Amino acid sequence: MGSENTKLYFYPFWLRIWHGINAIGIILLIFTGIAMQSGFDASFIKFQLAVNLHNISGIAVTLNYLLFFIGNIVTSNGKFYLIKPMGFLKRLMKQAYYYAYGMFHGMKAPYPLSEKRKFNPLQKYSYVFVMYLFVPFVIISGFALLFPEMIIDKVYNLSGVFLTAVLHSAAGFFISIFLLIHLYVASIGKFPVENFKSIITGWHNIH
Amino acid sequence: MNIQHIFIIIFLILATPVVNAQSVYDGAKNHACLKCHASQIISFHNAIIEKDQKKLMNPHYIIDTLGLKAGVHQNFDCTDCHSYEYVEYPHNGNLKLEPLNSCLDCHGGDPTHDAYQFDRINEEFQKSVHFKISGEDFTCGKCHDQHTYKPTARNSANVREIVEYSNGLCLSCHNDMNKYSLIAGKENPEIVQVHNWLPNQELHFEHVRCIECHTDVVDNLMVSHNIMSKENAVRNCNECHSKDSRLKASLYKYANLQSRADNGSVRAILLNESYVIGAQQFPVLRKLSFIIFFMTLAGMLIHLFFRFIKK
Repeated sequence: MGSENTKLYFYPFWLRIWHGINAIGIILLIFTGIAMQSGFDASFIKFQLAVNLHNISGIAVTLNYLLFFIGNIVTSNGKFYLIKPMGFLKRLMKQAYYYAYGMFHGMKAPYPLSEKRKFNPLQKYSYVFVMYLFVPFVIISGFALLFPEMIIDKVYNLSGVFLTAVLHSAAGFFISIFLLIHLYVASIGKFPVENFKSIITGWHNIH
Repeated sequence: MNIQHIFIIIFLILATPVVNAQSVYDGAKNHACLKCHASQIISFHNAIIEKDQKKLMNPHYIIDTLGLKAGVHQNFDCTDCHSYEYVEYPHNGNLKLEPLNSCLDCHGGDPTHDAYQFDRINEEFQKSVHFKISGEDFTCGKCHDQHTYKPTARNSANVREIVEYSNGLCLSCHNDMNKYSLIAGKENPEIVQVHNWLPNQELHFEHVRCIECHTDVVDNLMVSHNIMSKENAVRNCNECHSKDSRLKASLYKYANLQSRADNGSVRAILLNESYVIGAQQFPVLRKLSFIIFFMTLAGMLIHLFFRFIKK
């Protein structure tokens, strides 16, 4: 690491705790969710164990979500998730162009991270989508499935439980896809493991 | 014979099948038996004291006429099964002690009823816990009330309707202290407490039949009649919550439901009435998720490749 490196304390302690619990919880939810979804004839886990683990992890992720949600209200971290509608698409395309082409042709990152900018536009939008849309949706639909008596019996000709279950799995699937991309993109940078270290120590290196 | 008579004869010939297709119980108020047996209060002439009298009907002898009209035996008159001597009132007390015809007296060995496999059902029934406990006294009618019986599982395309009807047969005794102790000679088991181990009990009771877990399912019979003792009931979640769900061999066995369970088309998905975790696979969504997953993976690998060569 050269002398031009600056270290920024990007990830406060509470956020790292939230992120750690969330990571373990989501990974457990994905594995148990796939196990339940795909049937149990040759499965690696017993049905009842998968259901229990899924329920417990779901509740843990929900409680943990409150930490994320409240933390972003009471601390200054919340401002990183605000989206300015003006030039929304332009910024998105610029960052996507950088990832797909620019970074291989010596282009500099169009939105370098600083104390004022923790996320690049693509990162910010995907985090907002996942954390303020998909995760709340799987939490709500998940709790509905935990208390299926609450669910509307029929939506037109469709079973309410069935509809909730399908939407819950679909949203869960997209969160899994997000996780894959999240992990991959985290490896982009000067050193592939650098970002993974940052989320544990809290310090982010700017090269 | 004048032209009017010819018309009347033609009319009667044409009308005959219509008359036959109607239930003999259409006019319950005028039916010799039902004018009393469908009513809470009966009026009759007491020949001994020579007076018209009114009395309350024994509630166990009141027949559900709507059920009777909708049931499989709607075209049979009461005296087709009950003694003809019942047409007299007061009824002869000894008639009660005469054995009634059993179902197999009509249905057994009859080629017209082959599709229903009554003899196979009887074989299976004789292995069941009901037969072991009370033998021949446990007649078909203990569950299938001959007066109102409808083959719901065969005719209905609605799973919940099938479940409700079927469970109603079990609960008519297993949730009724008097009827239960009549056969079992002991007090009623507490259904809810016995099933405490079962998660989402209410939901299970609404969506699956008791017999799904409490019978030995056989392939060549539509509804298994070998009801096992509770020690042998299914307690393993995977039996139903798996791709080879036993529900496909029982509840979803019927042609109309089976096609729905197997067919992965959008229409089949939209028509689904219930959801069984692990048992229902939707090939369309499955394929779509695989495509999205592998495209993501491919995108990442291509990106990774360029990162290596451009380093």
